[in-house]
Amino acid sequence: MNLFLEGIAWILDPANWTGPGSIPIRIAQHLAISAVVLVIAAVIALPLGGVIGHTGRGKNLAVGVSGGLRALPTLGALTLFGLWLGIGLAAPIIALVILAIPPLLAGAYAGFESVDRRTIDAARAMGMREDQIVGKVELPLGMPIVVGGIRSATLQIIATATLAAYIADEGLGRFIFEGLKTRDYAEMLGGSILVIILALVVDGCFAITQRLVVPAGVRAARSTELRSRPARSRAALGQPINEGNRT
Amino acid sequence: MNWLWSNLDLVGELTLVHLALSVPAIILSFVISVPIGWLAHRYQWSRGVLLSLCGLLYAIPSLALFVALPPITGLSLRSPLNLVIALTLYGIAVIVRTAADAFDAVAPDVRQSATAVGYSERGRFWGVELPLAGPVLLSGLRVVIVSTVSLVTVGAVIGVPSLGSLFTDGFQRGIEVEIATGIVMTIVLALALDGAAVLLGRMLMPWTRAGEAVRRSSASVSVARRVDA
Repeated sequence: MNLFLEGIAWILDPANWTGPGSIPIRIAQHLAISAVVLVIAAVIALPLGGVIGHTGRGKNLAVGVSGGLRALPTLGALTLFGLWLGIGLAAPIIALVILAIPPLLAGAYAGFESVDRRTIDAARAMGMREDQIVGKVELPLGMPIVVGGIRSATLQIIATATLAAYIADEGLGRFIFEGLKTRDYAEMLGGSILVIILALVVDGCFAITQRLVVPAGVRAARSTELRSRPARSRAALGQPINEGNRT
Repeated sequence: MNWLWSNLDLVGELTLVHLALSVPAIILSFVISVPIGWLAHRYQWSRGVLLSLCGLLYAIPSLALFVALPPITGLSLRSPLNLVIALTLYGIAVIVRTAADAFDAVAPDVRQSATAVGYSERGRFWGVELPLAGPVLLSGLRVVIVSTVSLVTVGAVIGVPSLGSLFTDGFQRGIEVEIATGIVMTIVLALALDGAAVLLGRMLMPWTRAGEAVRRSSASVSVARRVDA
């Protein structure tokens, strides 16, 4: 536990708060890299996921890409790109974009697909055009899941940006690798604590956003949902129980 | 490719080490999560607390957790056990949520019927609830298998050997083939363990075609993959 005090003392040490490579600069770098990566990945993945979810076409692609890339080890991608592109930011940014695409794609696709088909049919029957259905029905209703995907991607980017310091001299991960090299455990731990706080703060912001983007109509419907259900979920007699198929 | 032929022994050895780090973490996280997930399902008040705790755990970057754990556990930074504990924590963060959902998915009237035909509380858990929750639990386990195998490699940067050592070593020495071998072997190992889990699921749950049920539920799980695996 003493080590923790040392780590916190390292964070609070005024010497670490000024000059190049100080804590505020590392935090700013970390956030800047994460933001750039998120924007690039979102521009690629969100429209694609939306189209797949809206049309139902290319579903296998979305599931395949988001599932298949899951097994790809981050560090492997980082080092391979680092070797190809040299020391600098290009390699980590490309590797991070590739890793951020699956959760974004899955979130956008699942969000659009989660909208009840009957709701979409009803919107179409009322005379809405396809772009109106996307903008006014599917997007608002699917938004919590889409934001969930963005949340997951952002966390992944922030976490992996720590690791990116292994090949680029940027971000909070630098403290961990510097401390590792000089056997300065206080610095390593201090850096780790900062990364953890940053991740939790960002995640907390997303948790609030996710709550706020639930459309008011959906929130109202939830409390009255009971009424739309039949009084008895299943006939008491004469219907076989489909064991195991419920999931 | 020359590198690969002259280092087959090393690759084989690191694969075994990798396996020895991932399998205990996967099994431990499953065994620990199922009762926690059941608690979250059974007692509504505990659900919010348990699931938020798991969410917090899930948000912690792996490298930071590897460094922050030793002062709590008293282990050395380079201890394989330190890595296994961290990976187990991540596994728990993933499966608990799935496990709570899995137990929720067991229909209340099935539960009532079980009680009506004479199951005790405990017998009902083992004989009815756990098997019916099985397919969803398996889908959670599969996510953990793949992300754990992938995460083990991160340990290499703090000095815990695994297939990830091929990344750090290959990067420092500028050997592409070495890094590529590490990536391929990590994916192969993940897929092999995943396949083993599916087979085991089919053996233990013959009443359901495991592959089908799992594929359907994996779409919802894929959003919640371990953040930096």
